[in-house]
Amino acid sequence: MKVLRTWLSRLAGMFQSGRQERDLSDEIASHLQMHIDDNLRAGMSPELARRDALLKLGGIESLKEACRDRRSVPFFENLVRDVRFAIRQLRKNFGFTATAILMLVLGMCASVAIFAFVDAALIKPLPYRDPARLVSVFESIQEVPRSNLSYPDYLDWKKLNTVFSSLDAYQHVSFMLKTPSGAEKASAARITDGFFRTLGVTPVLGRDFRAGADLPAAPRTALLSYAAWQQRYAGKPDVLGQTVTLNGDLFTIIGVLPREFHFAPAEPAEFWTALHAGGGCDLRRSCHGLYGVGRLKDGASIQTALANLKSIARQLEKMYPENRDQGAAVAPLSDVIVGDIRPILLVLLAGAMLLLVIAAINVAALLLVRSESRRREIAVRNALGASAVRLIGQFVAEGLVLVAVGSALGLASACGAMHLLVRLVPADALARMSYLRGLGLNARVMAFAAAISLLAALLFSITPAVHLSLSRLHQETRAGLAEGSRGSSANTWRRVGSKLIVLELATAMVLLVGAGLLGKSLYRLLRVEIGFDADRLVALQVSSPRSSYTNDAQIIALERQIVDRIAGLPGVKSVGLSTDIPITSWGDTTWFRVVGRPWHGEHNDTPERDVSSAYFTTIGAKLLRGRYFTETEDASKPRVVIINRALANQYFPGEDPIGNQISGLSTPPKPVEIIGIVEDIKEGGLDTVNRPVLYFPYNQRPENYFILMVRTSQAGPSIVPALSAAIHQINPGIVTAAGASMNERINDSQSAYLHRSSAWLVGSFATLALLLGAVGLYGVVAYSVSQRTREIGVRMALGAERASVCHLILKEAGRLAIFGVATGLVASLGAATLLRGLLFSVRSWDIPTLFAVAAVLAVTALLASFLPARRAAAVNPIEALRAE
Amino acid sequence: MPDKTDVWQGTLALMVLKTIQTMGALHGYGIARRIEQTSGNLLSLNYGTLYPALLKLEQEGSIASEWGLSENNRKAKFYKLTRAGRKQLERETQNWEQTTAILARFLAPSGDSV
Repeated sequence: MKVLRTWLSRLAGMFQSGRQERDLSDEIASHLQMHIDDNLRAGMSPELARRDALLKLGGIESLKEACRDRRSVPFFENLVRDVRFAIRQLRKNFGFTATAILMLVLGMCASVAIFAFVDAALIKPLPYRDPARLVSVFESIQEVPRSNLSYPDYLDWKKLNTVFSSLDAYQHVSFMLKTPSGAEKASAARITDGFFRTLGVTPVLGRDFRAGADLPAAPRTALLSYAAWQQRYAGKPDVLGQTVTLNGDLFTIIGVLPREFHFAPAEPAEFWTALHAGGGCDLRRSCHGLYGVGRLKDGASIQTALANLKSIARQLEKMYPENRDQGAAVAPLSDVIVGDIRPILLVLLAGAMLLLVIAAINVAALLLVRSESRRREIAVRNALGASAVRLIGQFVAEGLVLVAVGSALGLASACGAMHLLVRLVPADALARMSYLRGLGLNARVMAFAAAISLLAALLFSITPAVHLSLSRLHQETRAGLAEGSRGSSANTWRRVGSKLIVLELATAMVLLVGAGLLGKSLYRLLRVEIGFDADRLVALQVSSPRSSYTNDAQIIALERQIVDRIAGLPGVKSVGLSTDIPITSWGDTTWFRVVGRPWHGEHNDTPERDVSSAYFTTIGAKLLRGRYFTETEDASKPRVVIINRALANQYFPGEDPIGNQISGLSTPPKPVEIIGIVEDIKEGGLDTVNRPVLYFPYNQRPENYFILMVRTSQAGPSIVPALSAAIHQINPGIVTAAGASMNERINDSQSAYLHRSSAWLVGSFATLALLLGAVGLYGVVAYSVSQRTREIGVRMALGAERASVCHLILKEAGRLAIFGVATGLVASLGAATLLRGLLFSVRSWDIPTLFAVAAVLAVTALLASFLPARRAAAVNPIEALRAE
Repeated sequence: MPDKTDVWQGTLALMVLKTIQTMGALHGYGIARRIEQTSGNLLSLNYGTLYPALLKLEQEGSIASEWGLSENNRKAKFYKLTRAGRKQLERETQNWEQTTAILARFLAPSGDSV
């Protein structure tokens, strides 16, 4: 209690030191006056009276000092004073301060911004109950290790498994949503009844699906995503019970999902509908459209789950021929949600941290140089009686001020950088990366920033303090006073400083190699052979209502009408159509066999596309042999197929496929004749390997949904509105969506933007690292030159050539650069190995990249040291010697 | 004249409190003079050391201060005991008596030495 009271009054004392100081002076004055009065009364002479009083009182200044120390908190007072002094000092050396703070801000900004992404994607727990127990469940075939489940298989797995407390299924779909202004495409998910219970998610409004809600007999119901509720229904609670028309069916809205709920594999789904197994695909065991999500029972692991599902899959294989070669795969749910982005984020975080290290080293080096040049000042202050603690306090204060300003600015710029980075992600991709909604300066990010600041503050206050460690300080006080800023410690600094520079150059090298490899990988990716000409090619999804176009003849008539109308538009050169867009996926597969060859029931899972007669010429594909379809090849003509080069190579090695027949797996076979071979078209992602593909004539199997491919005479997707308008003139009920040029699609495709963003980010980190490394090297060499001015003077007085002096300095710098590059080379090899998974057709041991990076670093180092070397050579020996 | 003794650590506060209790509100100079007199001029008190001690007692709440006029019409800062100070004085007096009593027993010429 007493202690507390004392401290409170002392803390209060800090803020009223002026008044208390005056009070004390008055008290001392009154004391002296009374004492003098008494002495005079005792008969002393006025002079003696005063002297005696002063003597009895003791040193007034030390008395005041003792009271001052007691009155407030000297440590804080000193700190405040030191901080004020530090701010003055830093403002005086504006160049130094600005450089140091800029470096800190760069390091902070990069690392905190990237960490925020890492936090949102990898650290922040998924918004489900006990997410670590959730797994994704797949069927597995050789061509696609993680493929979709068929609904009958899902039901069997659900019934037979012993490892899941619940197993559910979902499918991401697009529905035609009826709105007052016409039909539009809406993203949605079809899920089984227990899906949200398995995840452990409860609606914020209304209720979850009841058991059995996904059966065909149950009324159709849907849950809304929070965003859809806000945007389509203005967040009104009376949305419950309203109906919505999706694909012509009426659904009743029974609930709204929580705002923080997201489920990336089905995003950006607005409507979550109960799966009503019906129609063609759901009931066929050979039609695979679902993904499974299960909650592991206590005690079950991913391994036991996999073993269990595999044994079930084997049973099913024996029971159903459709299930031949269908295995199972299980992975943590988080893998499916953030699996693609995890390695890239980790690489980026590592890059940002390396940049931070370089920045910190540079600032530490700057502080060292500064403490070096203040050696004389410190010596003087030491000689005048400043205590060691007070002297070190000075450096601590300076470090704290730098870090405080740097951290504040760094945090602010990290906030800006985050939003900038989010904008670099294509909008479609961003909608799917729903976990990034949690991006921001939350507690974890702040803690991370605080930890960095703390480490930096520690580093920056300890470095100079240790450098001027006190034992040396005492020894050197005299030397410092006598010789000014030069002592034996100048050599120490050169040793420490040069080690730091080697470290810095090596780090820069690692970043440069990483950037080089990723850049080369991006270059290769964007120039990968895609098998068609993407320039001035626009794709548009078209789906016509099934109710209006029921039979093949109607659908073909509509297709011809659309194609004719579009072909007549100005700026359109040719029009083709397909059921899938290239550079999207190798999905949409079928099974086939070659007629006339022994067949043992194998599936040969192969992507299939139905394309119009003008498709290949429109997209600019290359016909290798045979011919394309003709417009008259419809159901009345013999069935035909065009294959790609990969299929020809795999199934017809060394023979001519043209004229051969393939068939589906039906018995007896329904033969389809191979009439042409096209060069491989990249149907899946840019970084995927080409697979065999079958192309069938659209007119032989017309569908309500197709992709219009339009070759235009002008660049860009500006023609899209005209295309949509032309189609809506035919029938406003036709939905058009996702109109974009193929170049846009390629650039925005997942592999492209992941490669691009990592290459650009690591590239900019590396550029900054190179710049900082050069600045650091320049600083060390320039300082060393300034320290050796006298030595250089002597050398020149003794007859050394200017060239040889220049040489001397360059040699010193060169040694550092070589050490740096060599260390960097070794470190890069390790780093590049870690990068391997992200590289596309570039080996991590890429000699040209390593050479180029080493050369860039060497040239930069040469430039950075050339300026101080030239200055050294320009030293006037007479002045250098006279200056002593 | 015998050598004067320095003020023992920790006893100054007690002397100050006792002095103020005896004399009532008093200024620093008066307290110093009074301590010297009471000690029969045997204590060598550096007046300057009194002020940090007064500040400490004031911060602890044992005494309170106020500017007023001295007997000779000089402006002076007067210190007086607070209730907490009175209690502290009581406690410390007791402690001190106990300590001196114990020490006295140690130092007394013992009649029954072995």
